[in-house]
Amino acid sequence: MDRRDFLKLAAVVGIGGTLAFEGIDKLGAETIEAKRANHTLQPKHWGMVIDIGKFQNAEDFQRVADACHQYHNVPVIDNPNHEVKWIWQEDFEHTFAELESRYLSEEIKTMNYPVLCNHCENPPCVRVCPTKATFKRPDGIVAMDYHRCVGCRFCMAACPFGARSFNFYDPRPFIDRVNPEIPTRTKGVVEKCDFCVERLDKGLNPLCVEASHGGIIFGDLDDPDSEVRQVLKENFFIRRKVELGTGPNVFYIFRGGEDIA
Amino acid sequence: MMYNSRKIITGLVIFVLLVTAPFFLNIGKADEPPEISLDTPIINQLDQKQCIESTEFMRTEHMQMLNKWRDQVVREGQTIYISSSGKEYEMSLENNCFECHSNKSQFCDSCHTYADVKPYCWDCHNDAKGAGL
Repeated sequence: MDRRDFLKLAAVVGIGGTLAFEGIDKLGAETIEAKRANHTLQPKHWGMVIDIGKFQNAEDFQRVADACHQYHNVPVIDNPNHEVKWIWQEDFEHTFAELESRYLSEEIKTMNYPVLCNHCENPPCVRVCPTKATFKRPDGIVAMDYHRCVGCRFCMAACPFGARSFNFYDPRPFIDRVNPEIPTRTKGVVEKCDFCVERLDKGLNPLCVEASHGGIIFGDLDDPDSEVRQVLKENFFIRRKVELGTGPNVFYIFRGGEDIA
Repeated sequence: MMYNSRKIITGLVIFVLLVTAPFFLNIGKADEPPEISLDTPIINQLDQKQCIESTEFMRTEHMQMLNKWRDQVVREGQTIYISSSGKEYEMSLENNCFECHSNKSQFCDSCHTYADVKPYCWDCHNDAKGAGL
């Protein structure tokens, strides 16, 4: 082999080798990138519709609240000043204060209504949080990062729905049976409903939806074909305190009244 | 000339000896390194006893890793960790780490106690699948 041929061969091997290795590296990087992309949050707009007709007696409320609270390790504290709650029942006056009228039917006025965090469009709790411990996810869920909460309770003062509870005590002694899959909270943090984010990530519905026997419908409000959108299209609905401009994402419909009567 | 020099110097010598006594008394006696137990039912069933990354990496970097995980899971909604070998794992103490390491007191605590670090993870996260509560 003369000098000229040797240089040619060296050039071919060198360029070819570089390309081959770069290609392999890129391939590896691409698959890992692609895998990561699969797991990033898809933009959605979670919303909930509550059919008041399906919440007629204390058992209906209890079943839903128990399912939620037991799963999420919510402590049972009897003192109403210190209680912790994610979903609970409220009377008419406290649920729909602005609809109060003396001509309203006695039935509506004396009923109880299931209430929870409304996962607002413009959440005031998020605006006032000094540590960004509470924040709005791209899918509309107003989430809590308990690691960052300093327990200032500004969010509790800001929330017009009373959806937030403060842990005045270490909650663990007040939890009957700890669900090992979910962390408990600690003394000095604020907690609230999270629309069961970890279940949504696995493609499951929130627990209250499953325990409600059809009384709660959940889905993507951005998808015109979703069940929530169909239900909202077919029924007249109200939301709590819309006049405050927070944009609640929990809708109330009155359906199936005749079944109960 | 110093007054009471004899008393003062004796006192100083005694003081210095007293203060440095722990060092003299412990010379040549290395503290027992922590014993880390991998003896759990799940780990014993594994063919290849390999954590999600190399042992050296996990030993030195697990705190930074968990710190990143908590932000990625809680704030960015990403729940899957892709290890350097390309395998996928759920980023979760409860549903991943503690599945194998179900012996907090012989695994996590042995090192943490030795190093005198008190991570507050356990204030909320359930050790050993809730068994310790």
